[in-house]
Amino acid sequence: MNIDAFWIILTGALVAICCSLLGCFLILRRMAMVGDAISHAVLPGIVLAFLFSGSREVWTMLIGAALLGVACTFLIEFFHKKARVQADASIGVTFTTLFALGIILISVYAGKVDLDQDCVLYGEIAYVPLDIWLTESGMNLGPRTVWIIGGVLVVLLLFITIFYKQLYLTSFDPAFATAIGLSTTLWYYLLMGAVSLTTVAAFESVGAILVVALMVGPPATAYLLTDDLKKMLIISALAGTIASAAGFYLALWLNGSVAGAISAVIGLQFLLAFVFSPGHGLLAKRRQPVAVMKANA
Amino acid sequence: MNTLWDFLSMSDANVRFVTIGSVLLAASSAVVGCFTVLRKRALVGDAVAHAVLPGVCLAFILTGEKNPLILLLGSFLTGWLSLIIIDLVTANSRVKEDTAIGLVLSVFFGIGILLLTSIQHSNNENQSGLDKFLFGSAAALVGQDLITFGAVAVLLLLSVLLLYKEFKLVSFDLAYARTIGLPVRGLELLLTTLTVLAVVVGIQSVGVVLMSAMLITPAAAARFWTDRLGAMVLIAALMSAFCGAAGAYVSFTAPAMPTGPWIVMLLSLLAIVSFILAPKKGLLARYLMQRRLRRQMTRENILKTLFHLGEAKGEYEHSYSKQQILERRRQPLVRMKNGLNALRRQGLVQESSNGWALTPPGKKEAQRIVRLHRLWELYLTEYLHLASDHVHEDAESIEHVLTPELEKRLEELLDYPTADPHHTIIPQQP
Repeated sequence: MNIDAFWIILTGALVAICCSLLGCFLILRRMAMVGDAISHAVLPGIVLAFLFSGSREVWTMLIGAALLGVACTFLIEFFHKKARVQADASIGVTFTTLFALGIILISVYAGKVDLDQDCVLYGEIAYVPLDIWLTESGMNLGPRTVWIIGGVLVVLLLFITIFYKQLYLTSFDPAFATAIGLSTTLWYYLLMGAVSLTTVAAFESVGAILVVALMVGPPATAYLLTDDLKKMLIISALAGTIASAAGFYLALWLNGSVAGAISAVIGLQFLLAFVFSPGHGLLAKRRQPVAVMKANA
Repeated sequence: MNTLWDFLSMSDANVRFVTIGSVLLAASSAVVGCFTVLRKRALVGDAVAHAVLPGVCLAFILTGEKNPLILLLGSFLTGWLSLIIIDLVTANSRVKEDTAIGLVLSVFFGIGILLLTSIQHSNNENQSGLDKFLFGSAAALVGQDLITFGAVAVLLLLSVLLLYKEFKLVSFDLAYARTIGLPVRGLELLLTTLTVLAVVVGIQSVGVVLMSAMLITPAAAARFWTDRLGAMVLIAALMSAFCGAAGAYVSFTAPAMPTGPWIVMLLSLLAIVSFILAPKKGLLARYLMQRRLRRQMTRENILKTLFHLGEAKGEYEHSYSKQQILERRRQPLVRMKNGLNALRRQGLVQESSNGWALTPPGKKEAQRIVRLHRLWELYLTEYLHLASDHVHEDAESIEHVLTPELEKRLEELLDYPTADPHHTIIPQQP
């Protein structure tokens, strides 16, 4: 395995762990499509940050996009709760509006913004090793992206371990959480902020679509394999990591996009869990009635 | 103005194609979208839009050419498959619908991207232009595409027109539709098929991501203007057609501008305007109505307070200062002042140097409200067997909305009572 492949797989794995950890909370709250919406809605934030700072300054981009992500969830809530737009329609209207705004901004400032439409959707993880972070003394610290996503992962891990109880309670039993004095709104927006941050950090390298695949796929697979949230978090992080490694080699073999290949592997993982999961799989469900009949006989 | 005239006259064949194409695509997806949204399956369209990509690529790999009909067929097949898988996964596992949609959407699209990039890297010179499915390019519509899409659009509109009543039933009252013997499964399948068709052709103009807006946004906006399905479908189609034409105009004046995002942007603006300004259901209309109700309640509460004060004193025309009213019933001072002034304009209270007093019509009105309050309290204790100290709160809110008909019913039920559960007198009808 050469060094480039190592960096690409490492980036993929880091993104996968970030996304799948957050995804667990998203799918338990039945908000998978909000994750999808955020991943598209950060686009205008990135373009605007780009215009203001005039460069691909990492921190402005992260902040700009994270703000747009939170604004997107806010708008979804606003349309749904205040204007009484149907929940799913409110998600659909919001993210398409923001995405359209992003693309229009890109076209208007085509000369000034070095962003590509395709890159937005499926990124190019294969370019990760090209953008090396060199210190003043010329020391090679490895690709810049790895550091950014690694940083986000550390923040996320801290966030989830320290506030595990709050996240757990507000996700599973909002009424009880409110009763013992937790603000469900605060944790909702904190979680959405984390989702936006992760999306943006992962955006450049893997694109919107892989972010969605990683946020929904591995958690859904883990959800079919266990009933315990802690185990679910660990399984989905593992599944995401395996998918990014396997996806890399699949892409190499087919000479195609790495992000696309990782999504394909995620689909395969879910299919396996869907059919063979010992507790919740198709086969297990088929067998159960037979076992009961035997027991009765 | 000249450019607008050039555009409207449609002397340029290219403009004609693009405009007619955009209008047809936009209107037909809006019509189908109404049913999708009403059946609470708005985001399913998003999944279909993404799932179209692998179909296009597979069709290309298998045939090696870009025959629009074959590509359409391929995209139709995978789009349809994605819907079947979403239903299958939701029905057969504990995975919820939103997760299933997100999963199918991203996995299908990922496979599509994998195939697309793989084709692009294979040096097949025929492949260029496949990626227009990603972002759509209404501006590139040519004569032959137009015939294909036009035919599909007409097919969509015709099916909705012919099966309008059946679709309406399936969307609103599934159980009833089943009872009267409609082939519900078949109709649902047909609606699904129409959705996929709309998405497959619509993608050509706005691209994968924005396609769901073409289905959802006009329907969501039209919903705010009417409660009738027929009107809703019509409004949605008109809005969409207008935005389609406007989008085409934008790319006519500024060729570098992408048509699809502009169509979506205009649609969203229309939708947001509808959410806020639509009569009755709009945010503003509902806010105004709430304010009116709140003010009416404040006024009625003031009248009631003056009546209570009078009751204690045995004389109803006595004047009270604002302080005295506030002591009897806590409320924000500004709100009370506004309420008193409004009541004076209506001639229900009068102001003198001693303070505020009920006028004879004011006393009558106050009596009516107090009467409703006490009747309701009595009803709750007699018929719901609530303790008499638990009924006040409920009566506080219901007294403002009870109609004369209900008042009469209550009286009959309670056998024309004279005292409430707290043994105070129920004032008789003046």
